[in-house]
Amino acid sequence: MDILLTPFMIRALIAAAVTGLSAPAVGTFLVQRRLSLMGDGIGHVCVTGVALGLLTGTSPTFMAVVVAIIGALLIELIRSTGRATGDVALALLFYGGIAGGLLLVSLAGNGVLALQGYLFGSIVTISTSAMVASVGLAAVVLVATFTLLPQLFSVANDEDYARTTGLSARFYNVLISVLAAVTVSVAMRTVGLLLVSALMIIPVATAQQFSRGFKVTMLGAMAAGTLASLTGVTLSAFADVPPGATIVLVALAGFALTFPLGLVVQRRRRAQMPFPVQDGFETHEHDTVDEPHRHEHGPGCGHPAVEHGDHIDYIHGGHRHAAHGGHYDEH
Amino acid sequence: MSRVVEITRAGVTLGGRPIVRDVDVTVDSGEVVALLGANGSGKSTLVKAMVGLYPLSTGRIRLFGEELSRFQEWHRLGYVPQRSAIATGVPSTVAEIVGAGRLSRRKPFVPMRREDRIAIREALEAVDLADRSHHQVSTLSGGQQQRVLMARTLAGRPELLVLDEPNAGVDLESQQAIANTLGTLTAAGATIVVVLHELGPFADLIQRTLMLREGRLVYDGPPIDPAHPDHAGHHHHHRPTTPPLLRPGVRAPFDGGQS
Ligand SMILES: Nc1ncnc2c1ncn2[C@@H]1O[C@H](COP(=O)(O)OP(=O)(O)OP(=O)(O)O)[C@@H](O)[C@H]1O
Ligand SMILES: [Mg+2]
Ligand SMILES: [Zn+2]
Ligand SMILES: [Zn+2]
Ligand SMILES: [Zn+2]
Ligand SMILES: [Zn+2]
Repeated sequence: MDILLTPFMIRALIAAAVTGLSAPAVGTFLVQRRLSLMGDGIGHVCVTGVALGLLTGTSPTFMAVVVAIIGALLIELIRSTGRATGDVALALLFYGGIAGGLLLVSLAGNGVLALQGYLFGSIVTISTSAMVASVGLAAVVLVATFTLLPQLFSVANDEDYARTTGLSARFYNVLISVLAAVTVSVAMRTVGLLLVSALMIIPVATAQQFSRGFKVTMLGAMAAGTLASLTGVTLSAFADVPPGATIVLVALAGFALTFPLGLVVQRRRRAQMPFPVQDGFETHEHDTVDEPHRHEHGPGCGHPAVEHGDHIDYIHGGHRHAAHGGHYDEH
Repeated sequence: MSRVVEITRAGVTLGGRPIVRDVDVTVDSGEVVALLGANGSGKSTLVKAMVGLYPLSTGRIRLFGEELSRFQEWHRLGYVPQRSAIATGVPSTVAEIVGAGRLSRRKPFVPMRREDRIAIREALEAVDLADRSHHQVSTLSGGQQQRVLMARTLAGRPELLVLDEPNAGVDLESQQAIANTLGTLTAAGATIVVVLHELGPFADLIQRTLMLREGRLVYDGPPIDPAHPDHAGHHHHHRPTTPPLLRPGVRAPFDGGQS
């Protein structure tokens, strides 16, 4: 246990926690806009940013943020002018980002090895100042997403409608892109650029199996992301495996383990949807159940109970039985 | 009577093709106007231009006397899009979708207030979905989802409602309920422009119809119901507010006009 209390592990756990919180928060909006791969696109562009930092001798993290924001704005521009669809725009950035990064790194005379810490994460060697920067950037992302949640939700959900309520769709789309870019730069140290997007998307996929609403999905995804990050870092400390990959595998395991449960929850929820009440239903002559009904339906009687107008129907043998006076009606 | 909508020689070009051409329409406050026309005649395009979603290639549009490009009072406008995809990547509840209708009246960074919650609840009651507010929209039927879109617009308490086929897939009983709600709103001074294929339960509300064919306005006058072209115009109980306008070369609104 002592290993968890060493300064470098404490820094790693803090950085992992803020990444696990902020990446899924932004990821929820990306999934909503069906731009799940945007995180990957920005991640690839960040490779160029990091290389630029190495080449010019400035901070690779700072250059990554700058280049990521430019890349995110480019994606948004290409997407909104309708010249190319969102996924083509992303593909262009994927290739440009990686190729540009590799070229710049070789120009700098560093081997590709210099990029490794950024591509695959290097959370255990994170410095105090880098950790503080991560916490600060993640805080900005979280404050922006939560205070502007209704506006961001409306634009991501139905852009045209949002515009007719006076919202600037362009502003909010750009904002989400910028927040995604900042998040990628934060997560770069934790899980690495190649796996950044996994932490933005997988927790959302896990959470939305159980949720009915957008906000609940987002909060659930943040919880799942934080849990995966902390577990992954802890496991890697004991097993001597790369933390970035471990975090992503833990997140995936979380999804896989909850998948059967998610199926059950969804099926149960659908089964409990109230039956619609048709016009004039009450005036129908009641269909009394013929068979002598020895069983008494009630809460916990073992039959699926479904709301139907002002009463409950109990389902058994393909019938819907509702108590009526001293007998049961077929509904 | 103040002018709520003023469309002057408006044209809309989409993908290089003129879709709406040279349309002149004015709608006064309190009027209920139906916009009719065959599939592809440009109804949705005109309506989207009216709410500022498509730029005009010619002419101009004013809402409440203000040029659309400078229009700021979005809380006075309520739009119901045609067949909007309301179930997207992430689950959302009925209340969350309807809540988006309040954003024309909410400032950024300010949390939802009591009046917002009341407006959302009343809008859901108007479309008879109050008991579904915490359900996931994608589990509702198509007609119920259409009613959610209607509720979203009602929640903003607009003065001008622009509705693009709000009845598509909605059962008659709910159409009647929506018509009743809109009737209450017009009695309180609201103005309505509604795209329809048949008047249905809206018939008693409609005071005037417009008809588009191939992007041009070919009829502007007393109500006609495409479902019952024989009894064109319920003149007997609706006083036309504008004299009928028949464009040259157009003999009757239904002279084989399905383009
Ligand atoms: N984005 C677009 N780019 C190019 N053409 C378009 C675009 N949107 C619509 N159109 C064309 O404009 C014409 C009018 O379309 P519109 O949707 O306005 O018709 P509509 O009257 O609303 O029809 P419906 O009754 O089916 O709703 C159609 O021929 C359509 O193909
Ligand atoms: Mg249409
Ligand atoms: Zn039973
Ligand atoms: Zn029943
Ligand atoms: Zn029974
Ligand atoms: Zn009975």
